[in-house]
Amino acid sequence: MGAIGGPLLELSGVRAAYDGITVLHGVDLTVDAGQVVALLGPNGAGKTTTLNVAAGVHPPSAGRLNLGGRDVSGARAGDLARSGVCLIPEGRGVFPNLSVRDNLWMMTFTGRTREEIEDAAYARFPVLGDRRTQAAGTLSGGEQQMLALARGLTTDPAVLLLDELSMGLAPLVVADLYERVADIAREGVAVLIVEQFAAAVLKIADHAAVLARGRIPWQGPPDRSLHAELSSYYLGSAP
Amino acid sequence: MDQFLAFTVVGLSTAAIYAVIGSGLVLTHTTAGVFNFAHGAAGMLAAFSYWQLAVGWEWPVPLALATVLLVLAPAFGLFVERVLMRPVQALGEAERLVMTVALLTGCIALARWVWDPNTARPLAPFFADRSAIRLGPASMTWHQAVTMAVAVAVAAALWFLLHRTRAGTEMRASVDDRALAGLTGADPLRAGRLAWTLGIQLAAVGGILIAPTVALDAQQLSLLIVSAYTAAVFGRLRSLPLTFLGAVVVGLLEAYLAGYLPRNDFLPGLRLAAPALLLLLALLAFPHRRLRGRDRRLVRVPLPTARGSLVFAGSVVLLAVVLVTVLTEDAIISYGAVFSLGVIALSFVPLAGFTGQISLCQLSIAGIGAVVWGHLGAHGELWALPVAVLIAAGVGALVALPALRLSGVYLALGTAAFAVILDRWVFTLPAFDVFGVRVTLFDQGSVPVTGPDLFGWHLTSPTQLLLLAAVLLALASLAVAALRRGRIGRRLIALRDSEAAFATLGGRLLGAKVAVFALSAGLAGLGGALYGMQLQTVTAEQFNLVAGLPIFLIAVIGGLGAVGTGLFAGLAFVVPTQLFAELGSWAHDLSTLLIALAGMGLAHSPAGVAPRMHAEWAKLARDRTLFRALLGVLALCWLLAATNAVNGGLALVAALVAALSLNARASARRQPAPDIPVEWWGLRRPWKPEDGEVLSRATAAS
Ligand SMILES: Nc1ncnc2c1ncn2[C@@H]1O[C@H](COP(=O)(O)OP(=O)(O)OP(=O)(O)O)[C@@H](O)[C@H]1O
Ligand SMILES: [Mg+2]
Repeated sequence: MGAIGGPLLELSGVRAAYDGITVLHGVDLTVDAGQVVALLGPNGAGKTTTLNVAAGVHPPSAGRLNLGGRDVSGARAGDLARSGVCLIPEGRGVFPNLSVRDNLWMMTFTGRTREEIEDAAYARFPVLGDRRTQAAGTLSGGEQQMLALARGLTTDPAVLLLDELSMGLAPLVVADLYERVADIAREGVAVLIVEQFAAAVLKIADHAAVLARGRIPWQGPPDRSLHAELSSYYLGSAP
Repeated sequence: MDQFLAFTVVGLSTAAIYAVIGSGLVLTHTTAGVFNFAHGAAGMLAAFSYWQLAVGWEWPVPLALATVLLVLAPAFGLFVERVLMRPVQALGEAERLVMTVALLTGCIALARWVWDPNTARPLAPFFADRSAIRLGPASMTWHQAVTMAVAVAVAAALWFLLHRTRAGTEMRASVDDRALAGLTGADPLRAGRLAWTLGIQLAAVGGILIAPTVALDAQQLSLLIVSAYTAAVFGRLRSLPLTFLGAVVVGLLEAYLAGYLPRNDFLPGLRLAAPALLLLLALLAFPHRRLRGRDRRLVRVPLPTARGSLVFAGSVVLLAVVLVTVLTEDAIISYGAVFSLGVIALSFVPLAGFTGQISLCQLSIAGIGAVVWGHLGAHGELWALPVAVLIAAGVGALVALPALRLSGVYLALGTAAFAVILDRWVFTLPAFDVFGVRVTLFDQGSVPVTGPDLFGWHLTSPTQLLLLAAVLLALASLAVAALRRGRIGRRLIALRDSEAAFATLGGRLLGAKVAVFALSAGLAGLGGALYGMQLQTVTAEQFNLVAGLPIFLIAVIGGLGAVGTGLFAGLAFVVPTQLFAELGSWAHDLSTLLIALAGMGLAHSPAGVAPRMHAEWAKLARDRTLFRALLGVLALCWLLAATNAVNGGLALVAALVAALSLNARASARRQPAPDIPVEWWGLRRPWKPEDGEVLSRATAAS
């Protein structure tokens, strides 16, 4: 494993606020092409907010967002999506009333044809092929996450942002999903993963960052020292 | 047999129109996420505009058609999307529903205002000069043939758009989850604009096709759509082929009923009400729920304090005393409705505000309260008043049973259907016997209503009736406030937030829903009886669905969760109507139009005006000196007006100016509050509900 190219996604000094209350106080984070970065931290730390800023869903109140060396601060979500940023949001990132096929159809915005996308998705996730006409909202949780993740596979993103992919899923399913994510990263995609439960994601991560109270107090390789750091932040004994 | 064929042809051609309109509904529902109550009203406006161009101004038919369908309808659709729907997009299904109710009310009022309802406006069918097409023993006019062809073409085109194009999929996706659609590079704004343009165009096609076969009447045309609603519900608001099938069923049924139903006093109403009955049945037979996306927001329900509610109840009675001493006899008659309509509006609070059940038949139930009181209390027998309330409550409980299977838009639709059934059939029945009990409703005319006997006094004068209504409104407001503060109120709100969670917490869904429907229907019945006393005679039209919509709208504007909404709604409904009434009869529709416009401003304060006013004036009430000063000024103004020392209007203006300036001072005085150090919050100034959150955010951030 290891970085293939230079920094692809770069957040520098990012601050963000909801209704005037600041929840991110200057976040610096870099993800290189082909690198998997795990962003860990307790509830309410601002992990989802960080991803939303990176995907253009939530505008930052200060700081810069660089994509492949280009300043894209303030770009809209749709434009960032077209330039290769793919966010799989928290919860099930699917359209519940659309069939599996129609959900996949919504992934054609990068220029691939509908057939190509369906073939790619069904090849990776054969279950989806069996359920192509079923409404996505009636799929099981794991199947819904597969469908959501299919967007990361089929739209050839440069940057993949994953928010709590493991939520509500069995450990076996999670391990399986993360294997797919590792495959994606090997193709040179910059992957930023947000997780509560570090174990599964640290198997595939090259780098880890801890986010607590809107700041990144620690980042480094995912080894023993990280475990010590994490437990202190989750248990609240850190300064 | 020939006759049967003839009826079939008629039925199929109406079915075609219902299919066009129904597919328009399905389109807006699947692509904009809105069940558009105003769909029929939009078609009605299109029909009127077409009449104006083609007949009124004698434009050539193709030019008039093109203008309406390609210019006016899309423009109206874009207007609806931009001005009405986009601001409430982020709120919720209920708010979007209210917007379409406001639009419906506004369209009817606008059409009546522009096109005098007392003039007949005949509209010729298309190709009227060609002779009919013979089909064996039956024949079909060219208009009918055109209608059917249009319906088939529309259905095919729509089906293709929705299921075979990426634009259609994008529209459906935007309804499910706008944010996610944005992440897939879709443009939810463009999707919304397209959805509304097409939806209104389809409504216009339907309106223009149906207008020549019925009278051009604003209310009639807008509600004709009930049949099309039924068709759309057959298709569960999403399937076009099933909608088509539904349209055929409804169209044929109506035609055969018209042809074969025996003629007596009881049945003609049934024929008119058949579409609504069928709608109710279809709603129950095809229950349907959208799979929920992630965005759903609920408005907070304000929590009144015991002292606050007492002050409020006191002010209601005080206001009544002021009114009866200041106003002339005639004015007292008209302003009495402030309090009786206030009780009816208050009935929305426990039902829609606390429990989240939208009912559009409250005024119809009030009508039941009024007639029951009118008949049983014909000589003012006091016992008849609780009986009227109980009977209204019983009807409410009856409505609750189907309501168990319905929620949200579907419940609103079901209660609207119920109101239409009452209007068109039940209220038009002559006296009849049920199990040996003689039941008389409006008796095909009007019913005289008198005031009650209270402790040996027969209350009949407008002054007495106004005071009675005010006292009862005050008591009802106190009761509803107590309900909100108590355990039951919290449970009802839990039910609103999640029925599943309510059930898992051990709540009994059936019992709770029946009870709250009965309670609010009882309130509505009481309000209806009071309203009837003030009107002295009541007719069915005063309590029909369309008359009830503005009251619902005002209650929403006031804030469905706030107890003050009752009084607010009464004032907001009666005062503008009275002020405009002095301008002439044409102004009646103008005031309805204003209410509709105000409803369209919902996005600016989704929790309602009443809580906002409460927040703005609470400071003044807490400031002892300023509050005493206010009371003094008000008392002075009242005295001057009551003794006719100054003109009433002048006194009112003076009182308002004084109150506003005192309030401005009160808010200025309270400004330094933020400077109080955190550790003194709750000591040097009262602890505010939002403080906890501010503190936890601040500690998390530090
Ligand atoms: N839409 C919003 N409006 C107001 N405050 C918000 C909003 N979204 C998040 N917040 C606040 O911002 C802070 C950070 O939230 P965020 O969702 O980013 O946390 P998180 O790290 O993803 O937590 P979790 O692990 O629980 O998902 C929290 O305190 C939260 O209450
Ligand atoms: Mg999160």
